[in-house]
Amino acid sequence: MRLRALDRKLLRELAHMKSQVLAIAAVIMGGVATLVMSLSTYDSLVGTRDHFYRQYRLADVFVSLKRAPEPVALRLREIPGIQTLETRVMSPVKLEVEGFTDPVTGLLLSLPDGREPLLNGLHLRRGRLPQAGSPDEVVISDTFADAHGLAPGDHLAAIVRGRRQRLVVVGVAVSPEYVYQIAPGAMFPDFKRYGVLWMGRRALAAATDMEGAFNQVSATLVAGARVEDVLDQLDAALAPYGSRGAYARRDQFSNRFLSEELKQLKTTATVFPAIFLGVAAFLLHIVLSRLIALQRSQIGILKAFGYTDRAIALHYVKFVLVVVILGVALGVALGTWFGESLSRVYQETTFRFPYLHYQLRPAVVAIAFLVAGSAALLATVWAVFRAARLAPAEAMRPEAPPVYRATLLERLGFQRWLAAPSRMILRHIERRPVKSLLTVVGIACACGLMMVGYYQKGAIDFMVDVQFRQSAREDLALTFIDPTSDRVRHELAALPGVTHVETFRDVPAILRFRNHRHRGAIYGIQPDGVLHRALDTRLKPVTVPPGGVILTDYLAREILHVRPGDILSVEVLEGRRPVLEVPVLGITHQYLGLAAYMQQETLNALLREGPAATGAYLAIEPGQETAVYARLNERPRVLGMVAHAAAIRSFYATIGEFVLFYNLVATVLAGAIGFGVVYNSARIALSERERELASLRVLGFTRGEIGYILLGELGLLALLAVPVGMAVGVGLVGIVVVALQSELYRLPLFLTPDNYAMGALVVVASALASGLIIWRRLGRLDLMAVLKTRE
Amino acid sequence: MMPAMDSQAVFVARGLTKVYRMGEVEVQALRGIDLDLYPGELVVLLGPSGSGKSTLLNILGGLDTASGGEVRYLGRPLTGASDAELTRFRREHVGFVFQFYNLIPSLTARENVAAVTEIVSHPMTPEAALALVGLQDRLDHFPAQLSGGEQQRVAIARAIAKNPAVLLCDEPTGALDSQTGVVVLEALEKVNRELGTLTVLITHNVGIAAMADRVIRLSDGRIVEVRPNPQRKAARELSW
Repeated sequence: MRLRALDRKLLRELAHMKSQVLAIAAVIMGGVATLVMSLSTYDSLVGTRDHFYRQYRLADVFVSLKRAPEPVALRLREIPGIQTLETRVMSPVKLEVEGFTDPVTGLLLSLPDGREPLLNGLHLRRGRLPQAGSPDEVVISDTFADAHGLAPGDHLAAIVRGRRQRLVVVGVAVSPEYVYQIAPGAMFPDFKRYGVLWMGRRALAAATDMEGAFNQVSATLVAGARVEDVLDQLDAALAPYGSRGAYARRDQFSNRFLSEELKQLKTTATVFPAIFLGVAAFLLHIVLSRLIALQRSQIGILKAFGYTDRAIALHYVKFVLVVVILGVALGVALGTWFGESLSRVYQETTFRFPYLHYQLRPAVVAIAFLVAGSAALLATVWAVFRAARLAPAEAMRPEAPPVYRATLLERLGFQRWLAAPSRMILRHIERRPVKSLLTVVGIACACGLMMVGYYQKGAIDFMVDVQFRQSAREDLALTFIDPTSDRVRHELAALPGVTHVETFRDVPAILRFRNHRHRGAIYGIQPDGVLHRALDTRLKPVTVPPGGVILTDYLAREILHVRPGDILSVEVLEGRRPVLEVPVLGITHQYLGLAAYMQQETLNALLREGPAATGAYLAIEPGQETAVYARLNERPRVLGMVAHAAAIRSFYATIGEFVLFYNLVATVLAGAIGFGVVYNSARIALSERERELASLRVLGFTRGEIGYILLGELGLLALLAVPVGMAVGVGLVGIVVVALQSELYRLPLFLTPDNYAMGALVVVASALASGLIIWRRLGRLDLMAVLKTRE
Repeated sequence: MMPAMDSQAVFVARGLTKVYRMGEVEVQALRGIDLDLYPGELVVLLGPSGSGKSTLLNILGGLDTASGGEVRYLGRPLTGASDAELTRFRREHVGFVFQFYNLIPSLTARENVAAVTEIVSHPMTPEAALALVGLQDRLDHFPAQLSGGEQQRVAIARAIAKNPAVLLCDEPTGALDSQTGVVVLEALEKVNRELGTLTVLITHNVGIAAMADRVIRLSDGRIVEVRPNPQRKAARELSW
């Protein structure tokens, strides 16, 4: 088919303007890639999770209890709504891995002897399940195996109930129940210092005095069963056996954290692309409407020939669609690539799925195309009709001599300080204030985007500093197997190398206020503690008052919706399981996690127990850590240990890695958008003023002088854009902070000088690079053309 | 008294006025024009710059609208026509030639003509139109590869390719030297004679007036003289 003349014009002009076309496509690409990367990562992880849960039969409800004889399970299976029910034995364990001196804790779970579990199946990566009759065989979680380089055939030692036992690894597996593994008392996963292990039921029962009994129940429900009813019945049936309360999958530890992470990722996947794509759409609008305004006289000719406004608009729409399709295609390709990498980073650091189904929904591509396309089309049609509204004779006439006047600066009497070229710059800016403003806003958006992309790193450093250096300042946090007499503090303080001890008492509980609930724990801490402190909004330590509870801000405001003075209902999930009425006495500030603090004494009094502790915070003399770990490891009542330095390291290993990857990508894309905008602004300014500048050259101005007039204006606008861009950046970061708050963490609105510098850098670097390109073009201005043609 | 409307005329204008703003200045471009133009004639509009020649031509061609008065084309009113009607009028009936050629720089000579022939019903081929102006050997050259006179002849080919009833030329030789100008005028003369197209030619160059059937002189937005020229000179005999 022969191309129509207008379509040839289209292709030739696209080819002619290829650098500008690419720069505009880069802006679109930046926005689209962010969207595709974020949403495809989210979709892939959710899709993979659901598939993994189904394939390995994750249970719907769970109960932990002290001990119940196996026949009780028969009664439990009768509960209406239960489909499959399985009992297990589980036990906390301390582990020793050869060549690793830090404290390592774990969880031992039973597997049915000689068969696959009905629920919570294992995906074996290597090796096999333990054989019946080989009591020392275990399967270990793959994260733990990878962290220590353990493989089937390797050995490790476990201390169960104070008895040291040698184990042989026969398999490495992933479980849907422990995708997210966190040691009790820790805030983030630490694969080196916490592991999950599975061994045969009989062997584990023997080691934990659980023969013929169980202390954990998992079950799936029939379709349509009411979860709450089943939970109530399980609670009723197991209360005599020391139940810690039945809970649904939504409260299951790994799943809950996974859900929170995914919720957070979804927000990120909405907020970042919305900002990026929004800014890109705005920039597209500015760039395209100016580009088309330049074609004013060509639009006039086409109209003179008898082309209709619609036909002309369609012509430019085609032009823009080519650019949009190019930008979207590049964005989808880049976004898919980044998305696959990001999904892998997530999968390797946080969500330990055994496989990943990467998926890019066509709807995501459609959204990208729709947003970029409609922004571009709107700009195009608007600009074309504005040009076409003129009678063709007028469109072909040069624009009426623009009305220039002396600028404010000159009117104020500064003109003698300004040479003619400088006056031209100022007058030009002042004559088209809206256009100049839009250029400044466009460049400022690029600057702001850069700050958003780069912001999280500084914020995380700040958050970690507050959390670990001001709030949780202990070197080691211990948890005990059961509530222990508070006298343990003297015992611990007497250990060589321990310089300070503060005990705490925590109790699992459901906090309720009106129809809001939170399943977590209450921490009884020392009111005058120096190691573990609650902080107020100005990050100053607060003393926990007696007689009530203080809550961290996110828990109080966003989850329970309580204010100081409200009375909280606390359902304790331990011992007699009392339900307590406790006043809220204050609200504290915490970036990481959620907490409800009380004085240890108040909590013990409410529980009607003597002075008891469930754990302790220790300060340790530098250099003595290993010795202290070793001594504590020998004590059977010490269940878990979380080392402070290790916690920080593991924080960076998990949150750090994917946030930083995301940031790196966002920074690159913000840079691409920034350059696209600045370059286009400069290039269009050149087109608009080519004739004027060439005329000046004819009159004897040097290239340097006309360069100053054009680039001076661009430079001035870019400089103005930097402070505006910083304000835009702070605003965008504010949006991110509000949108990204979750149970896991709340980012502080904290911008480092680096942030501002990066924002300014993208503007300055883009302006310099664009200036250089424009400078070279100025050398090729066609002076003769000016003399020959009009305007 | 207003002259009577002539049913033979292609264009009939009565009492045309036009006022427009250039920046902060209001310009009275036409101050009451009465004019009839007939099929097949070659009319030269003479006058100094600012006399209203281009404005008159643009209004006749439907490129601009009058502020007052009336224009009829073949008995149908142009004044008060909608933008869409004017577009259709231009597309079907009018060919334009501009002083600065106004070719589309990204299209070749042939494609510049095709841009017009593609949107009308009974055009000549671009090749035939270009042959008529003597450019059969320059079909695939871009505007930047053509001399000024060649570019203007492409513009004429573009204007006549649609077989228009009227050809409106605004200073077609204004940007050309006299030798090249003559070649362009020859092309216009040939079109006028062979196709019988009503041709209106704006110039401020008195020498060109000798090739016209009628010479209309404008000054300060008014017609000051209409002079029939029974002895039309051939374009190649002109010089200035």
